Amino acid sequence: MDNKKILIIGGGPAGLEAARQLLRLGWEPVIVEKTEQIGGHLSRWYKLFPDMMPASELLEQLTAGLEGAKVYLKTRVAYMNRLKDGYSIMLSNGTGIQCRAVLIASGFSLFDASKKEEYGYGVYDRVITNADLEAWFAGASDSRIPEHPRRIAFVHCVGSRDLKAGNSQCSKVCCMTAIKQAIEMKERFPDSGIWCFYMDLRLFGKKYEDFYINAQKDYGVHFVRGRVSEVSEAIDGSLVVKAEDTLAGTPVKLNADLLVLMAGMLCNADTATLARMVRSEVDSDGFLRSRDNIYRINESRRPGVFYAGACTGTKTIPETMAEARAAALDIHNYLCGND
Amino acid sequence: MIYQGKQKIWSEYQKGIPSDGWFYVRSCIRQNFFPASEKFFLGICRDTLGHDIYETKHHTTCGGIAYHSDAIPQETAMTIVARQFALMKEAGYKNLVTSCITSFGNYTEILETWREFPELETRIREKLWEATRREFDKPEYVAHASDLVYKFRNEIAERAAHRLVDVHTGRPLRIVEHIGCHYSKMFPHKGIGGAEYPCVLSGMVESWGGEVIDYPERRHCCGFGFRQYMVKANRGYSLSNTHKKFESMEPFRPDAIITNCPGCPYFLDRWQYVIAEQTGKTYGSNGFGIPVFTYEELAGLILGIDPWDLGLQIHQVAVEPLLDKMGVPYNPGTKYLGLNEKDIMRPGLPSALKCF
Amino acid sequence: MIDFGFGLARSSAVELDKVDLSLYKELERLEPGIRKCIACGSCSATCTAGPWSGMSVRKLILNLQRGKDVSGMLSACMLCGKCSIVCPRGINTRQLILSLCRIYDNK
Repeated sequence: MDNKKILIIGGGPAGLEAARQLLRLGWEPVIVEKTEQIGGHLSRWYKLFPDMMPASELLEQLTAGLEGAKVYLKTRVAYMNRLKDGYSIMLSNGTGIQCRAVLIASGFSLFDASKKEEYGYGVYDRVITNADLEAWFAGASDSRIPEHPRRIAFVHCVGSRDLKAGNSQCSKVCCMTAIKQAIEMKERFPDSGIWCFYMDLRLFGKKYEDFYINAQKDYGVHFVRGRVSEVSEAIDGSLVVKAEDTLAGTPVKLNADLLVLMAGMLCNADTATLARMVRSEVDSDGFLRSRDNIYRINESRRPGVFYAGACTGTKTIPETMAEARAAALDIHNYLCGND
Repeated sequence: MIYQGKQKIWSEYQKGIPSDGWFYVRSCIRQNFFPASEKFFLGICRDTLGHDIYETKHHTTCGGIAYHSDAIPQETAMTIVARQFALMKEAGYKNLVTSCITSFGNYTEILETWREFPELETRIREKLWEATRREFDKPEYVAHASDLVYKFRNEIAERAAHRLVDVHTGRPLRIVEHIGCHYSKMFPHKGIGGAEYPCVLSGMVESWGGEVIDYPERRHCCGFGFRQYMVKANRGYSLSNTHKKFESMEPFRPDAIITNCPGCPYFLDRWQYVIAEQTGKTYGSNGFGIPVFTYEELAGLILGIDPWDLGLQIHQVAVEPLLDKMGVPYNPGTKYLGLNEKDIMRPGLPSALKCF
Repeated sequence: MIDFGFGLARSSAVELDKVDLSLYKELERLEPGIRKCIACGSCSATCTAGPWSGMSVRKLILNLQRGKDVSGMLSACMLCGKCSIVCPRGINTRQLILSLCRIYDNK
C-alpha cells in the first residue's frame, strides 16, 4: 500500500487538530464525522476557560488549516478489516478507503443527567445542564432559564465519581466549568445569589485556582461542600435543593430559581463498536485502553491504530490539542518507519 | 413540572404482573388500624372484578416488623417467609401478593439476598424442613396489593359510583400520594414508577379523576421508622417527620392523602391530632385535618361502598369533608354503629382538631 | 395541654436563602478578605485557645455565613495572631476578629 491516506474517526477538536498537523507533514487525512457538522462539543460551547476565548474562535482556527483534507459528514465507519500492512475501511456512505494508519478521535458523550432522577432533569421546569447553559450563552433560547433568577445553584459531579451511575472517574473539567459559568451568570445577573454544591473542588490547571479565588472574592459565589441529595419543586415552580453542609455538619436547604447540573464525561457510546472493529481494548472506565497511561497514551496495542483526545479519558481542550499533535507526530513516525 | 418527563421515567419502571393466580398474605397491623381495607381488597379484586386471589388462615406474620425493630435476625424472618412460600405451593399458587409494604420489602429483600447468596437459601430450606417438614418454591411474581389495584384501576374507574371530583364545582380533588419506604426505596425497579416518582398511587388518583399533588417533601418518610416510633424517647422524631411533610404540603391545600403502607396512613392520620394538640395547628380547612386513606378505602369509596362499612369511623381525622366534596352519601347517626348495629362507642373529641 | 411525653424536635436544617446574613454582610464590608476562606482549618489547628474553648476561626466564618450567633466564641480568642500567619488565602483573621468585636460592641 503506498497511498498517503490516514483515516481520522471524529471531527471534534482532536480530529481537526490532528488532521491539520498531518496535512502539514504531507499526509492526506480523511475525517469521518457522524453528525452534520464538524467541531464536536466545541461547536455548541460559548467560551473556554481560562482565557474566556470564544469557542467559535478556536473552531475557526482549527478549520482554517484544513484545506486539502477530505471530510465526510453524517458518515460512520461501517466496517474495518485488517490488511497485511494497513486497514480496509467501508464507510456508511459507500466509500471504501485503504490506509496504513487510523486515528480514533471519537471523543466523549455528556452524561445523561436525567439518569440522576432525584435531580429532576427533564421533570422540573428549571433544571438545566452545563451544556444547556453554554448553548444559552451562545444565543439559543431556553424557556427554563427565568428572566430574573434570584438564586442559582450549580451541582458538581453529576454522573461523575458516581459508582452507582457506573462512572467512577472524575470528569475533570466540571469544577472549573461550574466556576466559569457561575461567574458568567453573576455577570449577567448581578443581583442574584449563586451557590456551588461540590464534593471536592478539583482545580488543577493553569489559572483555575485564580478563577476560584475571583469567584469568591469578586463575585461572592457561595461554595457549599456537600452533594445535593434531592431536588423538588415548590408551589411557585422554584426548586427546593437539599444537601448537607459537610463542613458544618448540618443539613441545608436552598430555594433556587435555576439549577445547573454539571453533567460529566463518558466515553462516546460508539467507541466500543469501533474498538471491536480494530480489536482494540476498552479500559475498566469505559474509555479506550492506551498502551500505557504515561508515555504512550496515543498508541493502541494494534499496529497502525492511534488515539487522540477524550476517547481515552476525560480531557481538557489544551490536553486534547497536545494529544492531537502528539498523535500526528506518532503517525508520521510510524508511517516513515522512524521507530 | 414536565409531565412527559415523569412519563418517561414511569415507562422504565413498569411491572409486568399477571391479573390472576395470586396468593394473598395479610399485614400484622392493618386489621387493627384500617379494619376493612384487606377485606375490601379481596371484596373488590376477587368478588367484584372476578380475579383469582386466594388466602389461607394458616399464614402468619412475615417477621418483617420484628426484623425492622431489631427483635429477630434476618435468618428467622427468612424461615418464616419460607413457610409462607410453602403454604403457597401447597395451595397450588405461584404468585405472592402482600397487603403490607414492609412485607413486600421483606419478601423482596429475602429473594434478592438468596439470589446473591444461594447457600443461604439452601440453609433456610433445611431449617424449614427440620422445623415443619415443609418444602417451598420461590414465587414467580411478588407484588404489593397496591400493584394489583393499580393494574385494575381502570376497571374500578369503569364501575365508579363517585369520582375524585368536587361535585359542587367540578374541580378535580387535590390528592397527596404517599408511598411506603419499603415499597421502592430499597429496590427501585420492584416498584411501579421507581423510587423518585412512583406512580402506583398517582396512577389510581388520575384514573379516578383526581389531581396529584407533587410537593417538596413528597419523597420523605412518614416518620414511623419502627424504632423511632416504638421507643417513646424517639417518638418526637417520628412526629417531626410527619410535621415536616404537612408543613410542606400545606400550601397546595390537599383534599386528601392516599397511602399504600400500613404505618404511613396511621401516622399521617393520628399525628395530625397530636400536632393540633401541641401547636394548635390543623392542616385542612375550617379546623379539620386532611383525611388520610388507604388505597383500598379510596377504591371502596369510588365503587360506592358505605363509608362506615369501609371502617372510616376508625380514622382520627374526620373524613366527612371529603365525603361531602365527593358527594358520597352517609348517615352521621350510624357512624359509630358496628356490625348488626352494635354500638361501638364514641371517641372523646380532641380540643384543637375538629372531628365528629 | 396534654402531655404526650414527646414533642416536635427542632430541626437542625439551615435554609440558606432564609438565614439572616446581616452580621456577615457587615463584617464582609469591613473585611472583604473573609470571602476567600476555603475552610481548610489551619487557623483552628494552630489556635492557642482552640483545644480548650472550642474557638475556631473556620467555624466562626462558616457560622456567620449560616446566620448563626458567634459572640460566645469571640471571648475565647487571645489575639495571638497565629491564625493570620498560617492562613493560605492571606485573610487577616486577627483583624477580622477585632472588627467583629467592634460590630458586636456597637449593637
